[in-house]
Amino acid sequence: MAIASPMGVAGETVPQAAVRGPSWDGRFTVLILFLPPALLLFTLFVVLPIGEAAWYSGFNWNGFGRPTNWIGFDNYRFVLETRAFWLALRNNGLIIAVSLAVQLPLALTLALMLAERFRGAVALRMLFFMPYILAEIATGLIFSFVYDGDYGLVASIWRTFGAEAPHLLASTDTAMLAVLIVIVWKYFGFHMMLFIAALQSLDKSLIEAARIDGATRSQALRHVVIPLLYPTIRLSVFFAIVGSLQLFDLVMPLTRGGPADSSNTMVSFLYNNGISRMRVGYGSAIGVILFVICVTFAFTYKRWFMRDE
Amino acid sequence: MRLLGKLGFAAAACLFGANVAAADTTVKWLHIEANPAQVKIWEEVARSYEASHPGVKVEMQFLENEAYKAKLPTILQSKDRPNIIYSWAGGVLKTQIEAGVLDDITDQVKGYSDSLTPAALAAFTSNGRVYGLPIALSQVGFLCNKELMAKAKVDPAGIKSWDDLLAAVKTLKAAGVTPIVVGGADKWPLHFYWTHLAVRVGGKAAFDAALRGENGGFAGETFLKSGELFKQLVDLQPFQNGFLGFKNPQAVGYFGDGKAAMTLAISTVYNLQRALAADKVGLSEDKICWFDFPVVSGGKGAPTDTLGGITGWLITKDSPKEAVDFLKYFISKDVQTRLAAGNYIIPVVQGADAGLNNSFMKLIAANLAKSNYHQNFYDQSLGPSVGRVVNDVTAEIAGGSMSPQDAAKAIQAAFKQGN
Repeated sequence: MAIASPMGVAGETVPQAAVRGPSWDGRFTVLILFLPPALLLFTLFVVLPIGEAAWYSGFNWNGFGRPTNWIGFDNYRFVLETRAFWLALRNNGLIIAVSLAVQLPLALTLALMLAERFRGAVALRMLFFMPYILAEIATGLIFSFVYDGDYGLVASIWRTFGAEAPHLLASTDTAMLAVLIVIVWKYFGFHMMLFIAALQSLDKSLIEAARIDGATRSQALRHVVIPLLYPTIRLSVFFAIVGSLQLFDLVMPLTRGGPADSSNTMVSFLYNNGISRMRVGYGSAIGVILFVICVTFAFTYKRWFMRDE
Repeated sequence: MRLLGKLGFAAAACLFGANVAAADTTVKWLHIEANPAQVKIWEEVARSYEASHPGVKVEMQFLENEAYKAKLPTILQSKDRPNIIYSWAGGVLKTQIEAGVLDDITDQVKGYSDSLTPAALAAFTSNGRVYGLPIALSQVGFLCNKELMAKAKVDPAGIKSWDDLLAAVKTLKAAGVTPIVVGGADKWPLHFYWTHLAVRVGGKAAFDAALRGENGGFAGETFLKSGELFKQLVDLQPFQNGFLGFKNPQAVGYFGDGKAAMTLAISTVYNLQRALAADKVGLSEDKICWFDFPVVSGGKGAPTDTLGGITGWLITKDSPKEAVDFLKYFISKDVQTRLAAGNYIIPVVQGADAGLNNSFMKLIAANLAKSNYHQNFYDQSLGPSVGRVVNDVTAEIAGGSMSPQDAAKAIQAAFKQGN
């Protein structure tokens, strides 16, 4: 609004000054006007549910009536004693590790290749971005067919080499691996797009200057382009980690967290062990633990890695 | 102003709603039936009820099985709750009764309830009060493929004991036939083994004692033995490749495709395998055989004891009396005979089994009539928190990642945590 009317028409000067002015009065008006709706929504849909979950986590409660059976921190103890919880935590760690070690380099490499203008670049970008648009549930279903040991694509590839096809989703050793492959397949396009956007907004003169100074292509890439991409890389890492902590709808159609909990993530563990067992207190405890992990991560990351933005 | 008017009108409608209800009532009926052919019959019944009861409207709502279980606690506590809901009786029903979210319909079904199979009605009765009405029964047992059994020269009629079953599995494997197909990813098809073994090993007495926490509860001897016997079977690797990745419909289809000799399943699979087979034809009646779950040497359970489901309908709190009236209409001899004639259900209304026109369904009905102890599915009767642990650990025994001892302990631990 302030930018929209630089003319300063007589009648409009007063409100403009009120908005623009550094005085407390102006800010106060803005606060009064804009803060309550946001604060109300935030309180209603974020703060209260978190508080409620924390409160429920102290009860042995099946979701009917009001919670009455207070058991203190027992739910947290039960959660920590559950082997599946540690497996889920490990799997979330695995997802983050694979995101950083495989997905990110892959996305960055593709972005460096596709950021330039050449015939077919846009088509290729679209192609790589496509999996990201697909709904998670649909992706999971498609891949559960792909992985099927009797009829799936993987099975027929295996058979052309004369080997007996494995049921990847049915073994505790390979189920998580299969899920990880789908995750990379689905999300690398999104990270690639982030990098392409960043690459296209880079100041080209810096790269040209480096080239004029005699830097080879790879030197320019290493010492100029990638350092300039650091903010985007940090953002991409942030998304990868948050995505890992939220991952649920891809796992359910693929494996439902099984076999023997080997492919549960934190959220699918919460659903399988809290909600579908009607153990609201226990589920809330998992939720609170997940929340603490997320908040700790978000603040640390912001403080240490994203200070400049 | 118009908005205010509308609000006022809505408020008035709410105020007078109760009075108007008698003249124009909607009965909301929430179901989970996925078989369109059966739903079609239900809908016809609802329409004919509406026709004979002017002013009453029966509204059908559908939720998928798992979604239904997860959402039910919330649904039941909302003001807009349905009046008639689906139930597997057991522990979940018990919780619902204790939470006071159901209507006590004892007085409304007095007289009528005599027409129902007593055991089925008992599943919906607590402390002498009736909270729901049963609609169908089912039995868990082995369905088998006659051709594949014959190929390996195994006589299904000869499988009487657990050792017979183990021997049959070995013979089938030696003949190159996949002995058993199971939907291991869903876990509950695997829990049939462990729980039916427990029914055979300990009988009703052992289950009741475990509920009271006696004899070591679910970590006691009966349940340990069941796990060990199940392990004997698992060690023979009787299941199809990748069985832990198969969901139940897939496994049923696999059986319908004639790729495995046996499957331990609910009696309804007899019909379901046709719909889920790749060719939508499946195994015809002359190609399918059935034998009861084998007995265990030294077991305390009677060979006639059965494991299976008792399903029915509950009336939620503060529902109009028409809801019960409709249920009585729906679970009447006429409608039950019709459903039985389509081989959808083993009826619970006495005399309706005359409608069964298929020798297999008649056999199941006879089995259930003979049974003095019909154990409801453990994952239902123990309630979701313990029941799902039973499913978990049986899947883990099957996958080889847990010993029978640890499995029994895990169930007992869950039972203690939950109660």
